[in-house]
Amino acid sequence: MNPLGEKYLRKDFLPFLFCPGCGDGMIVQAFLEAVDQLGIIDDLALAAGIGCSAWIPVYIHADVFKGLHGRAIPAAIGLKATRPSRKVVVFTGDGDGLAIGGLHLLHAARRNIEMTVVLVNNQIYAMTGGQVAPSTQVGSRTQTTPYGNLEKPLDGCKIAVAAGATMVSRCSTAHLKTLSRTFKKALTHKGFSFVEVLSQCPVQTGRYILGSGAPQFNLQWLRDNCVPVDDPAKWGEIEAQGKIPLGDVLKIEKPEFMEEVKKMNQKVKEAWAKGGER
Amino acid sequence: MKKGRIKVMQGNEACVEAALLAGCRFFAGYPITPASEILEGMARRLPLVDGFCLQAEDEIAALVAVVAASWGGAKSMTATSGPGFCLMMEGVGLAASVEAPCVIVNVQRGGPASGQSTSTAQGDLYQARYGSNGDYSLITLCPSTSQEMFDHTIQAFNLAERFRIPVIILSDEVVAHIREKVVIPDLDDLELVERKRPTVPMEEFIPFQAEEDGVPPMPDFNTGYKIPVISQCKGPYGTRGTAQEAVVFIRRLTAKVEKHIAEFADIRTYGDQKAETAFVSFGSVCRAARSAVDMAREKGLALRSVEVKTIWPFPDDLLRSKLKGAKRVIVAEMNLGMLRNEVQRVIRQPEIKIELFSKIGGIYPQPQEFLRFLEEKR
Repeated sequence: MNPLGEKYLRKDFLPFLFCPGCGDGMIVQAFLEAVDQLGIIDDLALAAGIGCSAWIPVYIHADVFKGLHGRAIPAAIGLKATRPSRKVVVFTGDGDGLAIGGLHLLHAARRNIEMTVVLVNNQIYAMTGGQVAPSTQVGSRTQTTPYGNLEKPLDGCKIAVAAGATMVSRCSTAHLKTLSRTFKKALTHKGFSFVEVLSQCPVQTGRYILGSGAPQFNLQWLRDNCVPVDDPAKWGEIEAQGKIPLGDVLKIEKPEFMEEVKKMNQKVKEAWAKGGER
Repeated sequence: MKKGRIKVMQGNEACVEAALLAGCRFFAGYPITPASEILEGMARRLPLVDGFCLQAEDEIAALVAVVAASWGGAKSMTATSGPGFCLMMEGVGLAASVEAPCVIVNVQRGGPASGQSTSTAQGDLYQARYGSNGDYSLITLCPSTSQEMFDHTIQAFNLAERFRIPVIILSDEVVAHIREKVVIPDLDDLELVERKRPTVPMEEFIPFQAEEDGVPPMPDFNTGYKIPVISQCKGPYGTRGTAQEAVVFIRRLTAKVEKHIAEFADIRTYGDQKAETAFVSFGSVCRAARSAVDMAREKGLALRSVEVKTIWPFPDDLLRSKLKGAKRVIVAEMNLGMLRNEVQRVIRQPEIKIELFSKIGGIYPQPQEFLRFLEEKR
């Protein structure tokens, strides 16, 4: 076994439930590399909802809360607020995080509460059998768009930026070293960080949308269609060519929510002690 | 006579006061009439005790945050009313499945849907028990005064911690907004229960292995136990359960509460304990029933008011004993007969007549109406 796996995986939970060729196992590896380098395994509190990507944290030997579909972010807030020293990481998918849980993403980002949201985007509802997702490209045929998808996809990164996230990046499983480095950046970011990971799903996206269920074909599709760029100003150009831009979109410093809460509590206590309320 | 500070408070305020004394340090809620004073009170008071109050983006987020905060190590609570309670239903099942102690206050208002936001009702009785999917069990308490709202809030936290379940306080608009005397005991005089924590090291700890009472010990997150908490049916180690493990799990979730009903079942009787005519009610309706008993006594008519305080799991045996000797049972409630159905299920003797006195539309019943009902339907 990979030494990282030996060190950090729950052996009694193996094998993974991921299909052969799935990108989720690669994300586990990239994440554990970052965790190992930072030495933060004991501080992790991992939260997830429902879907393939929601199983990523369950195999990691850490404290894990895998709750309801779309509700990983509220759970993460409950964990963060009860002990702000926790390193809280959410693993969510494009359906879990952008459809049913979309509202929670907006509000966690605007609060700038310190946590990392890893949104694994395989462009489909995979676990339920290949239905259209809010990230599916127009025209794609899925089980619920048998005549082609008419709906424009949502861009998770742009939503996170608009909502107030203070670190936003897009990566892919075809660029694993960058993914691991990005996780490291996100895990040390003071504030709300959002990492979208384009990931291959040979069984659903591959077979029904891209035309092949071969794992190699699907990974190659990501290599061919994802374009790493240094300057987020160039994302428009890449998108105009029908490609998917990768890279850091944003990394800024803003007051972090739980630190602000702590400051406020201190002020309120002092004011009440003096007899005034505010 | 109770000892302590005396304050005049709304039910909603009494709830805040009690929650803080019980040790609640995490609250999440969403504004809704007639429950908002609880969220407002917690927002004002929690900073003073280094707690945290979240106004969530919706009630789903509120309850899910409360459930996770419970695993985070805090006693936690949310409060809402019918429409918000609907949104919370997935979280109720979640709390039951991951066995997270927490308290959910539902200040009932008129329904269905948006119903009557500022009027009282008791239409959420079944929702409190059966609202989420699948089999699970929880405890529901029904206060009828500000004092009971205070006492039930303390008790709700204790029962939640004792059984590792969500406990629902089914209040209503009348109890929420009435202002009356509340005795607030000193913290030292309160009996507070804390969840069982593991006594063995991580290597030996089996996260969902119950002890004899059906309740497994619960470690806080980030205390070295590194446990997987999943919302699926699970085996003792926290993995997705086999069919056999699912059977054991579901049966344990329900049995850990229902087998111990005698520990917490509470029905009070007011008036003549032997009277042949008995009112059965819960929540704010008990208040009018009591007044009716007093008014009847003045006329020389003996009545008893049987007041159900712990309504779920339904206290079958206790109700039977409280209704011993009754020939005419009038179930009074502000819905179309939910409690009546339970009473009919429990009291099967054909010689006992069970009638329904129902008030809906947000109109609180007058005590005189109880007496008129007794005469007209005779």
